[in-house]
Amino acid sequence: MTTQDSGQTRPTPREDAAEDDVAAAVVSRESSSSDIDADVDSILDEIDGVLEVNAEDFVRSFVQKGGQ
Amino acid sequence: MMGIETEYGVSVPGQPHVNAMMMSTAVVTAHAGRSVGDRGASPRWDFEQEAPLRDARGYDMSRAEADPSQLTDEDFGLANLVLTNGARLYVDHAHPEYSSPEVTNPLDAVLWDRAGQEIMCAAAEAATSAGPFPIRLYKNNTDNKGASYGCHENYLMRRATPFADIVKHLTAFFVTRQVFTGTGRVGIGQDGRTNGFQLSQRADFFEVEVGLETTLKRPIINTRDEPHADPERYRRLHVIVGDANLSETATYLKMGTTALVLSLIENSAIGDDLSLADPVAAMHAVSHDHSLTQVLQLADGREMTAIEMQRRFARAARELVNTQPDSSSDKQTQDVLSRWEATLEQLEVDPTALADELDWVAKLRLLDGYRRRDGLGWDEARLALVDLQYSDINPSRGLALRLESSGRLKRLVEPERVAHAMEFPPDDTRAYFRGECLRRYASSVAAASWDSVIFDVPGYEALQRVPTLEPVRGTRAQLEALLDRCETAADLLAALRGS
Repeated sequence: MTTQDSGQTRPTPREDAAEDDVAAAVVSRESSSSDIDADVDSILDEIDGVLEVNAEDFVRSFVQKGGQ
Repeated sequence: MMGIETEYGVSVPGQPHVNAMMMSTAVVTAHAGRSVGDRGASPRWDFEQEAPLRDARGYDMSRAEADPSQLTDEDFGLANLVLTNGARLYVDHAHPEYSSPEVTNPLDAVLWDRAGQEIMCAAAEAATSAGPFPIRLYKNNTDNKGASYGCHENYLMRRATPFADIVKHLTAFFVTRQVFTGTGRVGIGQDGRTNGFQLSQRADFFEVEVGLETTLKRPIINTRDEPHADPERYRRLHVIVGDANLSETATYLKMGTTALVLSLIENSAIGDDLSLADPVAAMHAVSHDHSLTQVLQLADGREMTAIEMQRRFARAARELVNTQPDSSSDKQTQDVLSRWEATLEQLEVDPTALADELDWVAKLRLLDGYRRRDGLGWDEARLALVDLQYSDINPSRGLALRLESSGRLKRLVEPERVAHAMEFPPDDTRAYFRGECLRRYASSVAAASWDSVIFDVPGYEALQRVPTLEPVRGTRAQLEALLDRCETAADLLAALRGS
């Protein structure tokens, strides 16, 4: 990532930095879709409890002025 | 060197007419109030070196021609703070904005961006407790009614790099990086009128290829040329096409891959010209196609998908890194590269497996879940609400943060390090000097900016301006011992004079 001027030594990234081993193999569509649906359903159950009530009014009243 | 500036959406639930500048000011001043013990009179921002109407193509736009929203260097009397972590927290137009301190690598960009998000969250809570309204902040880029606000990236580049090269290669890169940088959006078109899902919050707001504007007729390549550094040596590339990301992985990839492509351009290491036949149309087409199969026309007649084009950039970056002997020791560059390659491969096979890393995939999984479970169509308000609430930065309400706390969205930086970055600057840029001066000598700092710190100390008739035009100077390694010896700002000024 040498967008800075050349000749500058970059600091050694911290050891804990982005350590997760990356390319731990590409996952293909193998897990059964019902397992995935069950996990998503449990997320939705949790989210149902925090979603703002009266979605329509809430979304309609979110009005911003333009920025950059 | 790089940084991220984020304008947050601000609202009071159910009350669209509360004045946005007032709410934004309440948020920023609430932060000042929180720290009032150590910063009685908060130092103001110094505008002397700002020139927002200077164009990288080599001419200035006159103030008479400029739209009033392009004038950011006039102090409208709005709240404007410099923080001890080296960041700027202020009101920009009608939004609270956090501009991160300068950092040297993408993981630090994630860290100080996340610190800013937590600072904003705490400030909104403080403003809510102190004021008449519950104020909510959203890390998103549109209200789905025609308004957009930005999350801008900044990259320091060598002035010698021809701007035409930057435009040529970066346009194709920006159009296609949306496949992993997008935060996802319910609604197509600037006002979201057409039903459906798209990858990016921002894409539909881009109307031209190159230009100076950031608020109207937005260009894919922004030409604002305001380096906040020695202009003979540096250019600050101001990138306005990006989405604000909640996922740390998405921010990391966005900053890391863009920095790599800039390295390629600086080293003239992109052999293949991937210029698009119609970049603006392609920008919209890529965003509107979450199957990622849309074929794009290149200017030379070839046809490729966004993923194929990204693979070519990644391959060139891999070759450059392999030929630079010192870069093999840079673990983070290697990490960005391998994540970039793995992400593209996974996107091609099955994007849903990236729901714990990429915002648009995580958001789409929730939306598809509601569509399936409750039989909702894309026109249902509840889906628009899921889109909006995904970006609420309060951890009890924000859906991205809920996914994160249940381990369904990966983190890259530990909460303890974020807490530290809320108070302390990065060690390895001039932000260290700025932040430490504020932390140690706040009562003697009259103002500060990216390229100066201005002191007001007894014994000097005038304010004393210490320029910081060299972004890589003023680091902890260079200054900590000196600062430790100087008990007061007057000691520091005397020492700087003597040296």
